[in-house]
Amino acid sequence: MLNRKALSPLLKNDGVKSLCASLLSIFLGLFTGCIIIFIVCLADDEITLKSGLDAAKLILLGVFAKGRDAAGSLAFGLGGTNIGNLLFRATPIIMTGLSVTFAFKTGLFNIGASGQYLIGTAACLTVALSLPEALPSIIRWLLAFLCALAAGALWGSVPGFLKARFKINEVLSSIMTNWIAANLVTRIFENSSLRNTVQSGKIGYIMPTSMKGVATAKLGLDRIFSSSQINGGIIVAIIFAVIIYIVLFKTTFGFENRACGSNLHAAEYAGINSKRRTVLSMAIAGALSGGGAALYYLSGDTEFFWSTYQSLPAEGFNGIPVALLASNNPLGVIFTACFMSSLGVAGQQLKDLTAYNEYVADIIIAVIVYLSAFSAVIGQLIFAKRKREREAVK
Amino acid sequence: MTFLIQQTLIYAVPLMLIALAGVFAERSGIINLALEGIMIFGAFCGVLFVNLMQKSGALAKENAMSLMCLAMAVSTLSGIIFSLLLSLAAVNFSANQTVTGTALNMLSPALVLFLINLIANQNVLSMAEGDASSWFMIRKKALGFDVSRDYGFFMETFFFKSYPADYICIALFIILSVVLYKTRFGLRLRASGENPHAADSLGISVRKMRYLGTGISGALAALGGFVFVLTTANCSATGDVAGFGFLALAVMIFGNWKPLPIALTSLLFGLFKCIAAAYSTLDLNGDGRYFLAEIGISTSFYRMLPYLITLVVLAFTSKSSRVPKAAGIPYDKSKR
Repeated sequence: MLNRKALSPLLKNDGVKSLCASLLSIFLGLFTGCIIIFIVCLADDEITLKSGLDAAKLILLGVFAKGRDAAGSLAFGLGGTNIGNLLFRATPIIMTGLSVTFAFKTGLFNIGASGQYLIGTAACLTVALSLPEALPSIIRWLLAFLCALAAGALWGSVPGFLKARFKINEVLSSIMTNWIAANLVTRIFENSSLRNTVQSGKIGYIMPTSMKGVATAKLGLDRIFSSSQINGGIIVAIIFAVIIYIVLFKTTFGFENRACGSNLHAAEYAGINSKRRTVLSMAIAGALSGGGAALYYLSGDTEFFWSTYQSLPAEGFNGIPVALLASNNPLGVIFTACFMSSLGVAGQQLKDLTAYNEYVADIIIAVIVYLSAFSAVIGQLIFAKRKREREAVK
Repeated sequence: MTFLIQQTLIYAVPLMLIALAGVFAERSGIINLALEGIMIFGAFCGVLFVNLMQKSGALAKENAMSLMCLAMAVSTLSGIIFSLLLSLAAVNFSANQTVTGTALNMLSPALVLFLINLIANQNVLSMAEGDASSWFMIRKKALGFDVSRDYGFFMETFFFKSYPADYICIALFIILSVVLYKTRFGLRLRASGENPHAADSLGISVRKMRYLGTGISGALAALGGFVFVLTTANCSATGDVAGFGFLALAVMIFGNWKPLPIALTSLLFGLFKCIAAAYSTLDLNGDGRYFLAEIGISTSFYRMLPYLITLVVLAFTSKSSRVPKAAGIPYDKSKR
């Protein structure tokens, strides 16, 4: 009884509530993944129970071992390399997660992060690869990064403008701009001289930026996480998260944005120009997505498959679960993005080490998104039940 | 010309069916962004059924048409089951429908690719034997017609080398459009999407209507997905339909949530899709020159066009838009 009393103010805290809801979604998602593994294990004669257990362990330990430190189980070989790769993969989804978060705080659902990400990719690659090599590479890197931000902002502001001017639902217009971007980027690169014609077997790809001497500085991180892809991009992403946090929660600008998000009519009554907020917020969201693309593709050795018209980049959509799990807290986004990318790494290990394939990780992510769509309701149900129990005791 | 019409129909028919799927969901008050995901799932279930039946030898090539009908039924059923995930979240848990739809769009390809990789050890599952055109297409030879004879424009265009599956879809489209507008059920469904409180006050179960609307939506989207891969991808499932579900959303918006405009829009967008797919070999007036290829407009442009004009139309008709008023808003009895 005493225990419960001590806990109850904590349980009433919104932050704690949403943390519980997120953890519940994650737990249920991982649980579903394991169940699927065991069902397949039972149904398929070729897969032994042991390999099923291994797969389940990989899913769970792949996450927890990284949560603690590099000292994971030997059988899974978790070392600095895995963590470095995890952080590298987390970099773009931190940015898209921030993008979704920022729009969400203004009351907008930015499903267009994929399109903004693609446009950012096209902008940064074009700039990084076509600027004269006489310029110092750091200048070229910066220009490419800024161009990606600008291009993303431009692309993001389109649904924002349509919403402000014509009251068009930003979800619908973002879906359209996503696919326009997918085709536009294909169009930009289909006859471009930037395609990788040097290396054989890389026909569908754009040249990696390191070919022109542009690459994100490693900042010594590669020495900590040896032989991984990590670079300074992760630090840039974290700085962005902190900036977005400060802007949203410590400035008037951010307060006004959040006011529009929580109660549009009240915000307008208070004299906030909600239309300008809509456009600006979508532009900032777009810039963040575009920046995420730049941090990924300017790393030097990542390759961009330019024929994008058939599918949108997963990084854009993964921004949605990242933001949802973090309950739209910019600092939380850093951690949820790392969690998401750890699932990706676990999926890769599943493919390499067991009879299963990497799509189990995608299923888990999807289940988590699905549950987080109504995790608030699950949370309420649990709390309501507890309340009823408490009243019954009285 | 015959080629152009046939190819356009192949794209337009699934498109209109899937757009109608979107209409049924939205008219009942649920935004179904998961059309793409349901398509992928339905296509997979249909193809898997065909594959298994062929392997087991239960239905041989003589019974190809019944195999096709059964596969269509299977994919329809799979769509209904998959869409339960959406209605459960949206109706019972008042979930954010956009997020739920996005989640299902992520879940479906992941699940399908996971299963395909286990079943086939590669990223594509196709028919166990033969190809789609020899099994499921109407061919002169198979029906005992003279191969060399020309049976006139109508027969050549709409009968030979066409897929019966497409005509079943068109029939379904017409029947369901009538159901939506001319029956008591249709009126109740639309009422739940326009003004659920008024509907509820008259004794209509909004929950039931939304479950039914989403169920029909799932059924149609899955069927459309299967027919799409049957006719354009040689009956093989890959966990991807290249954004066709989102194109259907564009059709739905462009068609203003009404069946007839949707049918016409599908034809237009189907034409764009067809041009994009085959423009370098399209000979429009039969003079042996490939007119469209000579203009030199990129295929990307034709692929982009549907989305672009939908966006423009959205902008200019936003005031007269017929978007169901309660679409996307969870129904809460206690609110007014």
